[in-house]
Amino acid sequence: MTIKRLKTGIIAAATISACLAGSAAMAMESQFIGSLVYRTGPYAPGGIPWADGFADYIELLNARDGGINGVKLELEECDTAYNTDKGVECYERLKNKGSTGMPAVMPLSTGITYALLDRVVADKIPLITSGYGRADAADGRVFPYVFVPPATYWGGADIAINYIASQEGGYGNLKGKKIALVYHDSAYGKEPINTLNTLAEQLGFKFFEFPVPHPGLEQKATWLKIGRQIRPDYVLMWGWGVMNATAIKEAAAVGFPRDKFIGVWWSGNDADMVPAGDAAIGYKSLQFNSVGSDFGIHQQIRSELYAKGKGAASSVEGTGEVAYNRGIQSALILTEALRTAMAEFGNRPMTGEQVAWAMDRLNITQERLKEVGADGLFDPIQLSCADHQGKGRARVTQWDGKQWQAISDWIEPNLNMLRAMYEKSAAAYAKEKGITPRDCK
Amino acid sequence: MRIERDVIYIIIVTLFLMVAIPWTMGQISEDIFFEWPFFFEVAIGGLLAGVMYSLVALGFVLIFKASGVFNFAQGAMVLFSALTLVGLNELGMPIWLAIIATLVVMLLLAVVIERVVLRSLVNQEHIILFMATIGITYFLDGFGQTLWGSEVKTLNLGIPSDPGFYFDGKILINDFDLVAALLAGVLVIVLALFFQYTRIGRALRAVADDHQAALSVGIPLKHIWVIVWAVAGIVALVAGIMWGSKLGVQFSLALIALKALPVLILGGFTSVPGAIVGGLIIGAGEKLAEVFIAPLIGGGIEDWFAYMLALAFLVFRPQGLFGEKIIERV
Repeated sequence: MTIKRLKTGIIAAATISACLAGSAAMAMESQFIGSLVYRTGPYAPGGIPWADGFADYIELLNARDGGINGVKLELEECDTAYNTDKGVECYERLKNKGSTGMPAVMPLSTGITYALLDRVVADKIPLITSGYGRADAADGRVFPYVFVPPATYWGGADIAINYIASQEGGYGNLKGKKIALVYHDSAYGKEPINTLNTLAEQLGFKFFEFPVPHPGLEQKATWLKIGRQIRPDYVLMWGWGVMNATAIKEAAAVGFPRDKFIGVWWSGNDADMVPAGDAAIGYKSLQFNSVGSDFGIHQQIRSELYAKGKGAASSVEGTGEVAYNRGIQSALILTEALRTAMAEFGNRPMTGEQVAWAMDRLNITQERLKEVGADGLFDPIQLSCADHQGKGRARVTQWDGKQWQAISDWIEPNLNMLRAMYEKSAAAYAKEKGITPRDCK
Repeated sequence: MRIERDVIYIIIVTLFLMVAIPWTMGQISEDIFFEWPFFFEVAIGGLLAGVMYSLVALGFVLIFKASGVFNFAQGAMVLFSALTLVGLNELGMPIWLAIIATLVVMLLLAVVIERVVLRSLVNQEHIILFMATIGITYFLDGFGQTLWGSEVKTLNLGIPSDPGFYFDGKILINDFDLVAALLAGVLVIVLALFFQYTRIGRALRAVADDHQAALSVGIPLKHIWVIVWAVAGIVALVAGIMWGSKLGVQFSLALIALKALPVLILGGFTSVPGAIVGGLIIGAGEKLAEVFIAPLIGGGIEDWFAYMLALAFLVFRPQGLFGEKIIERV
């Protein structure tokens, strides 16, 4: 009796252990992805569509393909409310989750980016800042764990001037023209100033700066100066949140032509145009992704997720917004890096270090974009050990009162000039921090 | 209302400096562009913006007058009322009905705040009531967005926002600002009369002086608090409508409370006329400074200059321009 009981006990224990081991092995199969989002706070209108786009693409891969190469993706969001301290807290909370920790962090804020720069090197987790953060991190020799595809603010400033030159009949015609910059008075808003000063010197246009204190609810004085005193030929904007709509309304209030008013990609969300109403018609914005929801990737998201009630957005109508598509783009960059890493290290969850290795070799080609249904939605991205930006191209779009219309092809910035600026700035950072740049040859 | 002589002197000196400093700057610096029509354009724009600040400051003044408490939740009430109005409008209610329904909601909110939060805090330290209003702020911010969503919403009342040219086309004044200032001005005057000449107004002032004493002479404290929070709610709704049609209805509306603080410091926390004059001085002062002083120091001074201006007034009038002089004998 006792022996029989003992046998039964051993068998039961072995069965339970086997089940537990099996479930642990299954749990290990999933790739943890931590997503820092801001669905609350004053900037939530711009943060929600990004978070929805990111979540929908990850969920699409799970629903349609069972994840990546059989490795299921396990997404966990942490709301930063666009606060730097909360952002760091989220990073610390998520970085060791899952079997291999967070494979990459996309903080969605220049402030959080700066706060994480040292931590990600220590933790060996790649920091991917698409269209924000430190522009000089494009120099991968000094910043092995920071990646800035598809574009930087410095590149954006150069692209804006390139576009203005094309409107004026060439760079030669910019001499004597007046170009003003209205910017959020923060590290983010000041990023393009150096580039614009350099270009003003090279091309002979007069450059005027107009800082707007956070949050930018009141800009009457600024716009009276712009519209009634300086009367520039073009105004550029590096704005954020409520500042964007207010600036557009004040531009209308002083009669400044909206088609001579060009914002960076963070001043070109659909949510910024809604409160500006008719005043926003004709306003232009740079974008590093296309807009609209007629692409193959959207059709798949609609049929695999929204048709089954599994979409992240509150309604399917939001799935073509600029910020939504930008969320898809960020998810695509991360998941393509995971694929590249798995091709090298095997089909299992990847560590941050392995993903950083893959980011150094990331190559999202036109053909690959076609395969995933994003042909024309995004520009191809190719990175290397030294180049953490890629081509850095963006296009100009114009608000027609209902949606953004692309009015230019992809414009490439002056990469030679930018590369020299990135390297100079990165070298100064390396000196300050005592970093020995890695050899990328 | 009797205006003290030193207040009149301070206002005259302020007006003189508002003209003299920009003119002098224009003469001594090439970076400063000064022409009289442009000066008036900036000054008028500032005054109109100032009326909008007064509108928000007024909500603070009402509650402070009646309870001696700085209502941290006033900005949140502006956001909540605007979100409710647009939310009801989006549900299919015509705008006039949505405004009435929102008024009812704000009245109910006042009743709930009095019942749930304030009633048990009668005769407590003011700091405790202040902390309670912080709680109300976070509740309203979160509850409003949970109920109506965090997306930006449009509030279009059909007020034109085109540039209007006046005085032979020499001076530009935005039509929207003009209409908004007019509406805000009417509300401010109505409230000033209400406080000065009605029984409820007098009762409110009595409650502000001493809860216990007011209760002892038969003033129903709980009714007064409901009335004052309801009136502050109505002011919040008007501010929400005007600022919401200007900026869109979104979370940032709650931040306009920041624009009212220098107005309160300057005008005094207990005076409706103080909120008006304070708003006008802050509005015109910050705009003139941004245009005629800021270019010399890099720009973007508008926000902190407003606070600096208010603090400068405190040197001469510690209780604010129209605030009550508090003399406590030891």
